[in-house]
Amino acid sequence: MTPPTASALADDTGAAAIAGGARPAIHLQGLRKVYNGTPAVDRIDLEIPAGEFFGLLGPNGAGKTTTLRMLLGLTPIGAGSVRVLGMDMPKQEREIRARLGVVPQFDTLDPDFTVEENLLTYASYFGLSGPALTRRIEELLELANLQTRRRARIDTLSGGMKRRLTLARALINGPEVVILDEPTTGLDPQARHHLWRQLRRLRERGVTLVLTTHYMEEAEELCDRVAIIDAGRIVACDSPQALIAAHVEPWVISLSAASAHRFIADPATLPARMLEIADSWLIYTADPVAVRAELESAGLPHSTRAANLEDVFLRLTGHDLRE
Amino acid sequence: MSRTRPPLLPRPSLRFVPVWRRNLRVWRKLMMPSLLGNFGEPILYLLAFGYGFGQLVGELDGMSYMVFIASGIICSSAMFTASFEGMYSAYTRMAEQNTWLAMLGTPLTLDDIVFAEAVWAASKGLLSATAILVVASMLGLVTDARALLALPVVFLAAFTFGSLALVITAVARSYDFFLYYFTLAVTPMLLLSGVFFPLQEMPEWVQWLALALPLAHVVEIVRPLMTGSWPTQIVLHLAVIASYGAIALVLATALIHRRLIR
Repeated sequence: MTPPTASALADDTGAAAIAGGARPAIHLQGLRKVYNGTPAVDRIDLEIPAGEFFGLLGPNGAGKTTTLRMLLGLTPIGAGSVRVLGMDMPKQEREIRARLGVVPQFDTLDPDFTVEENLLTYASYFGLSGPALTRRIEELLELANLQTRRRARIDTLSGGMKRRLTLARALINGPEVVILDEPTTGLDPQARHHLWRQLRRLRERGVTLVLTTHYMEEAEELCDRVAIIDAGRIVACDSPQALIAAHVEPWVISLSAASAHRFIADPATLPARMLEIADSWLIYTADPVAVRAELESAGLPHSTRAANLEDVFLRLTGHDLRE
Repeated sequence: MSRTRPPLLPRPSLRFVPVWRRNLRVWRKLMMPSLLGNFGEPILYLLAFGYGFGQLVGELDGMSYMVFIASGIICSSAMFTASFEGMYSAYTRMAEQNTWLAMLGTPLTLDDIVFAEAVWAASKGLLSATAILVVASMLGLVTDARALLALPVVFLAAFTFGSLALVITAVARSYDFFLYYFTLAVTPMLLLSGVFFPLQEMPEWVQWLALALPLAHVVEIVRPLMTGSWPTQIVLHLAVIASYGAIALVLATALIHRRLIR
């Protein structure tokens, strides 16, 4: 196999655009994985076109991580096939991973090295070295806003800095596809927004991105398309806006449980769907004016918002705790 | 399921070199204490055992006890160094720091990584043996140039002990687990393989037991080379050492594969 050349490095992501066209960046067919008789992934079919920002959503244990692991060759494929950039996993795992970037869920930075040494060492695993790499590392340090911390030890970095460095590390080989497993978990809002901005920039440059997250507003904000997975199957797959339009009423009015019980004896007569979550009630409706008139005449405090991806997620995967 | 089962034999590529160099880069950061140990310990052993015991023992196999033990310690030290590296250090990289997991996001495979770890353990074993050789020559215990030929043998031996240690690492659930291997394998080998006293002094069944394990064969080659003669049955001894190494590497790779790729 051939490691990326210096020119591939300099021309960061041009390859993605050329390689695009008809062939999907990622193609999963009938993907399945069974652990102890229980299917963790149950016949997943998925096509992600080159250049798309794709989100994989689902409750804990739904099969997101197992799917990603099979995609990366970290879990043996039970049945079905995984093709990445037109190549077969696991037969061409070296070739695939040479053109892939990975941001794992847990920190895997090398604690024995400084920031710069982490990038340098990781690059060596791709067979990269020389002046092109030196330039690349400068670019990535700037991108991650870590120029002043280049000689810092990893244990002196904040959580946000470590995530930025992990993303920078994943970009060292100028990947055409970047896989991110819960990249913003545990970050403060500033760090999260910084990461979002970087991911959008990658998207603009034609990089295909696959993200898992538990934050629905993050998926709605970033992703062109999302798949919602439950019990190892894709239960819905479309753009966030299309999913919202297809699966929930456009408006959501929330009120406290105490208020809800005093509200309208027979909810079936309302132009709305009511749902109890913890100690509040959500009223899903296409006609918020009518419902709000009722609530106001009863003198009940409430608030109204537009339906979002979280509503879709809860509708499709239920409200029960998963763990 | 069968289509994704790893092949029976590991197929490491030259990509193992950057993994080896990563370990070297870390070692260089902590080089001073490490080198101090490499040189200091054999000096202490040689002085304590050599002078202490040497007075009582006098000559063994026609050589001074200091010379006898120097050629033994070079082997046992390679065994200890490579075993430690293959267990404590490799386990840290595998289970604590997720170093190997990070590597699996690159074109590296576990075949490359495990092979690199075995070669790295061998390198550390060779380093410690070289330190002892230097100390022993400065003390005038080694005078024949054939001693240099012991170093490639020690490197092979350390590769074998490193691979064996990686088998233990593959099944370890914590650092404590390594004590089983040290107590049940490393220490018996140290005491029964002719490092501190000639194997011929032991009951015959102990000799057979010792010869079933790799360290005795290392001593059988290294001691003559260190003391100015040629070893006998060199092919047999090398074959035993290399077989242990090859089988251990295959086993370690398969077990680590099963542990991490699941």
